[in-house]
Amino acid sequence: MKDKTIMLGNEALARGAFEAGVKVSAAYPGTPSTEVSENIVQYKEHIYSEWSPNEKVAVEVAIGASLSGVRALASMKHVGLNVAADPLYTASYIGVNGGLVLIVADDPGLYSSQNEQDTRAVARAAKVPLLEPSDSMEAKEFLKFAYDMSEKYDTPVIVRTTTRLAHSQGMVELSDRQEIPDRPYEKNIAKNVMMPGNAKGRHVFVEEREHRMAEEGCEFPVNRVEYNDRSVGVITSGIPYQYVKEALPKASVLKLGLINPLPRRLIEEFAASVDKLYVVEELDPIIEEQVRSWGIDVIGKEIFTVQGEYSANMLRSAVLGEAQDFDAPAQAPARPPILCPGCPHRSTFYVLNKLKMHAAGDIGCYTLGAVSPLSVVDTTVCMGASISTLHGIEKARGSEFIRDWVAVIGDSTFMHTGINSLMNMVYNQSKATVLILDNSTTGMTGHQDHAATGRTLMGDHTYAIDIMGICSAMGVPSVRMVHAFAVDELEKAVREETAKDELSVIVVKEPCALLDKSPVTVQYRINQDVCKRCGMCMRPGCPAITKAADGTISVNDTLCNGCGLCGSICSFGAIERVEV
Amino acid sequence: METKNIMIVGVGGQGTLLTSRVLGGLTLHAGYDVKLSEVHGMAQRGGSVVTFVRYGEKVFEPIVEVGQADVLIAFERLEALRYAHFLKKDGVLIVNDQRIDPMPVVIGAAEYPEDILETLEKKHRVLRVNALEEAKKLGNQRTFNIIILGIAAQHMDFSKEDWLQVIEQTVPKKTVEVNKKAFEVGYQLHA
Repeated sequence: MKDKTIMLGNEALARGAFEAGVKVSAAYPGTPSTEVSENIVQYKEHIYSEWSPNEKVAVEVAIGASLSGVRALASMKHVGLNVAADPLYTASYIGVNGGLVLIVADDPGLYSSQNEQDTRAVARAAKVPLLEPSDSMEAKEFLKFAYDMSEKYDTPVIVRTTTRLAHSQGMVELSDRQEIPDRPYEKNIAKNVMMPGNAKGRHVFVEEREHRMAEEGCEFPVNRVEYNDRSVGVITSGIPYQYVKEALPKASVLKLGLINPLPRRLIEEFAASVDKLYVVEELDPIIEEQVRSWGIDVIGKEIFTVQGEYSANMLRSAVLGEAQDFDAPAQAPARPPILCPGCPHRSTFYVLNKLKMHAAGDIGCYTLGAVSPLSVVDTTVCMGASISTLHGIEKARGSEFIRDWVAVIGDSTFMHTGINSLMNMVYNQSKATVLILDNSTTGMTGHQDHAATGRTLMGDHTYAIDIMGICSAMGVPSVRMVHAFAVDELEKAVREETAKDELSVIVVKEPCALLDKSPVTVQYRINQDVCKRCGMCMRPGCPAITKAADGTISVNDTLCNGCGLCGSICSFGAIERVEV
Repeated sequence: METKNIMIVGVGGQGTLLTSRVLGGLTLHAGYDVKLSEVHGMAQRGGSVVTFVRYGEKVFEPIVEVGQADVLIAFERLEALRYAHFLKKDGVLIVNDQRIDPMPVVIGAAEYPEDILETLEKKHRVLRVNALEEAKKLGNQRTFNIIILGIAAQHMDFSKEDWLQVIEQTVPKKTVEVNKKAFEVGYQLHA
């Protein structure tokens, strides 16, 4: 009997990589894809895995490994694929030697992303095949199939997941690892060097490949027809398949695993054998529009939304017209994500708020600097954009205009793409002030190492790139370091650097409050005899400090992390440090 | 058997993850098909966290929807209020009697509702516990979620032996004994 276990979608993908004989894996963390790499580490005797500084680098590492003749993987979230779009589009032309697969996780419902883009559209544009599993077991099996496909059709393959699949657990049957011998490396300039003359020929190949896969894809085991009552047929894939089975148990279903290129003949046959045809797909009408373009009448986005996640209840209501007779949710104050108790970013944003600064923000926990009560961050676009957008503002409106502006970017995000933007500031003579909030980790995604932490994904000690050294070496005239909880010094540093007529970097250093897992030994308490109830200590918005109905302010001893920010801003010395 | 729907709600950082790990192990142990789903994007940052557990002969959808939960386990009062409409008419609501103020309350933009439990009791079968206090009595605060699971165990389809065995396999070795005790405390509380 095969071993059965429960696995997270991402864990099952990692297992799939192991079973498929993958030898190299590269990634940059991004919710909801991060656990793929975190789980691949357990197979480190078989798979070399790394955190690359960004997704473009990760995909290029995987391309190199594939060219050399081994099976290779890169994984990322949907917006990470934008960063890696450049290598992807051309890797499509080059094809592979050893199998090359990209796991890309979309985020319908925007649980932790800046947009709701649909990776299936990218696969179409890049002309690479895309497979979409609908549970953990399929995630593992489809990944293995993706490698066979990659090598058979000489193409990179995308395996697309969504948050709900990546972060759901389901039953998985384990298999052994296939040992795939390294393919010989042969120099092949016409195939692997994409200059115009060669690329012309490869483009012809890519188009032929798409046609071949669309035809042969009709027989792929990843697609499945479940005939039932033929008055209603549904074309679906991925997680929405589960909602269809739950809400419409009698319908006939064409469950697609191959989303690009679509297996046209299979779809046409299915469409011809049912009376009424629905396409159920989250996000954009990728399947629907193609099917419609073949002259097939389908019902899709006119009744289903292009936003957010679907559910069985939603289908019951949209397809069956069932009234939804449920209690309305109670009125309850929202509980938005917040900076943790003891978070060093709170201290930084407290100072910036006090100085009435604007901030060009970036992607990370510190995006939460935009929320009340500190509300410092003015803009957040994408990884690395804080520095470059501030540069744009300066070039448009002049350096006086940005006198009360800074860019805020985390250490991991700085290493990702912020470094390029800072290079641009030096080169194009910016006079801006950049705060690198160095908490010694990739915080938001759950503490992954990066090029400046001194440790690799596989746990080896390595050279920790010196962030201040890089800034100086690039030619930033003023580079200084301040500890995040040294509030007065931080305030002084921000005042001085923003007043200067030259580019400055302030590295605000303090490890993430959650990095040290040992029990809290120091906390703060409010001495009620001294407290004037002025509410000053509540300004930074620490969740551990609360005010009772009678006006008494106190520190919650299950939440306080002992950072001392409240103590250092109390003018009356009412907040005392205690050993616990 | 009809698919059983369990929901666990709480505040990021409260340790709902361990709870769902135990439930997952248990359903597997008992030979059911199971799906668990939890979205933990920014959840670590003090936001509202929801975990769904569904088990039965064959489970499709990984989420529990409004009006479907057989058991709703709330680690915090306000979260109980927020998700109570997910309960079936005859569903059971287990509430850890703890208050964690969300940011709108901290900054005075909203008020923490009074009498949440009384309001909920008018409509649902509510089992209360101050799990943190009970856990402190056992000398290990972190066992509070196992105490809550002990209460839930009375309303699910697994034997006490199965629960204890899975807890033993899931928690850190050093804490096996105290967690078994914690389970017993919960198991007897509303028995």
